[in-house]
Amino acid sequence: MKFSEKLVEKIIFACAAVSAASVALITIFIFGRGLPILAKVGPVAFITGGNWSPGNEVYGILPLIAGSISVTLGALIIGVPLGISCAVFLAEVLGKRQAKFFQSAIELLAGIPSVVYGFFGLIILVPALRKLTHAIHADSGATGFSILAGAIILAIMILPTIVSMSTNAINAVPLKYREASLAMGADKRETITKVILPAAKSGIFSSAVLGMGRAIGETMAVMMVTGNVASLPTGIMSPVATMTGTIAMEMSYATPTHQQALFAIGIVLFIIIMILNGSAQLIMKKLGGGTESA
Amino acid sequence: MNTMKKKAFEIRDMDLYYGNFQALKQLNIDIYEKDVTALIGPSGCGKSTFLRSLNRMNDLVKGCRIEGDIRFDGEDIYAKDYDIITLRKNVGMVFQQPNPFPKSIYENIVYGPKIHGVRDKKTLNEIVERTLKEVGLWEEVHDRLHRSALGLSGGQQQRLCIARCLAVEPEVILMDEPTSALDPVATSKIEALIQELKTKYTIVIVTHNMQQAARISDRTAFFLVGEILEVDDTQKIFTNPANKKTEEYISGRFG
Repeated sequence: MKFSEKLVEKIIFACAAVSAASVALITIFIFGRGLPILAKVGPVAFITGGNWSPGNEVYGILPLIAGSISVTLGALIIGVPLGISCAVFLAEVLGKRQAKFFQSAIELLAGIPSVVYGFFGLIILVPALRKLTHAIHADSGATGFSILAGAIILAIMILPTIVSMSTNAINAVPLKYREASLAMGADKRETITKVILPAAKSGIFSSAVLGMGRAIGETMAVMMVTGNVASLPTGIMSPVATMTGTIAMEMSYATPTHQQALFAIGIVLFIIIMILNGSAQLIMKKLGGGTESA
Repeated sequence: MNTMKKKAFEIRDMDLYYGNFQALKQLNIDIYEKDVTALIGPSGCGKSTFLRSLNRMNDLVKGCRIEGDIRFDGEDIYAKDYDIITLRKNVGMVFQQPNPFPKSIYENIVYGPKIHGVRDKKTLNEIVERTLKEVGLWEEVHDRLHRSALGLSGGQQQRLCIARCLAVEPEVILMDEPTSALDPVATSKIEALIQELKTKYTIVIVTHNMQQAARISDRTAFFLVGEILEVDDTQKIFTNPANKKTEEYISGRFG
């Protein structure tokens, strides 16, 4: 082999090694810093404890887990149907040129920094929700900082992922299924709901999973609109603190033990995401047979 | 004999354009009920395009424009208020590539009936059994109706597609080279099936296989660059064609 080729090979190997090593290092670091307190408090008590009060050295992160999950779930409930409808509109209703225009507009959403979403939520969404709840319940005392605010902001943030992946999945459904359906006298709506969407389900499902990954990991925007109260939520207007938001907010002033607890939150987050991705991949494998042609 | 038969389709002076390109020129042909009509001709001569005009599948093609008169059961199917859903229910289609939906065998067959409003479970079960028996697939698959249709062999898939088409009780079945993706054994099964089906249905079949046309059809139309050069009883076309080009084609001198 020529020397220059060997050199290039070495360089790209080094690049690959660096990225693999950073994953390993980060994992080791998080676990190294977080495990001591997990051992001290006990992993079960840490995860199921209902009280997060670092000042009193009480570390129970159930409220934070509940916060993250409720906001993420809410984002999916709003974002997935919206994104899929949008994808159907782009792939099946609009002409190619208009679809391209709409799609790039939606993809532009992905380029907006999350702090801008947060700011938008803080200035527009939170006051609006506050007014709305007060209009329904004059003495509700809701501030607008809530699960719902976080869910709405996150739903908008995951839209680009869901829309573009679902659009691709729908476009990838072979023409022959469409033809078979139409040739039997099905109309467009029946063809879309009964043939095309089922055939595209594995792609649509992966879009939702990726969206979920983004939603649960998002920090800044959520932190700005959910109110960051570490207590178990009682309704969609309850303020909550998420795991990521808590780490970001408290890291700068945490005492050493408190800091360890924040790393332990990182461990839990890490494991939750691993479990979500793993099970999503399993389900996807099951669904996967759908789009294969014979 | 054919003059006694009722006409399913009457086509008069039909032109078809893709944008500025004229793909079909001045077609005139009658398709009789309970006949097998074969459309033969070299690739790209417009056979499939013509076939797809008969249930308006060409509506899906952008820039496709049709002039002339295409009547099904005496009605102009390109008239403004003609119901395209009813047309496609009455004029079913089987495609070149077997295209069962990625669903179970059962779901494939009940898809059409369900869309046309059949809800009763018992009726649906009967339709599944009747159509699968009609295509000779019942014995092979009755114990795995709820498994994916994609697990069937190519020939079985094509017969399933025919069953799916029969499930909406069409009068006419359009077949676009239904055996070109199949092996010889599966092909002969489909050909035998077509012979049985013609007692109840009108069949129009596009085929590249001259022997197939000779074997299974009652009438044959020979297409060449967008025109029908000759249409007549199959026997006459293959033994004593009127047109010299037809003779050259069926004896394998071109195409």
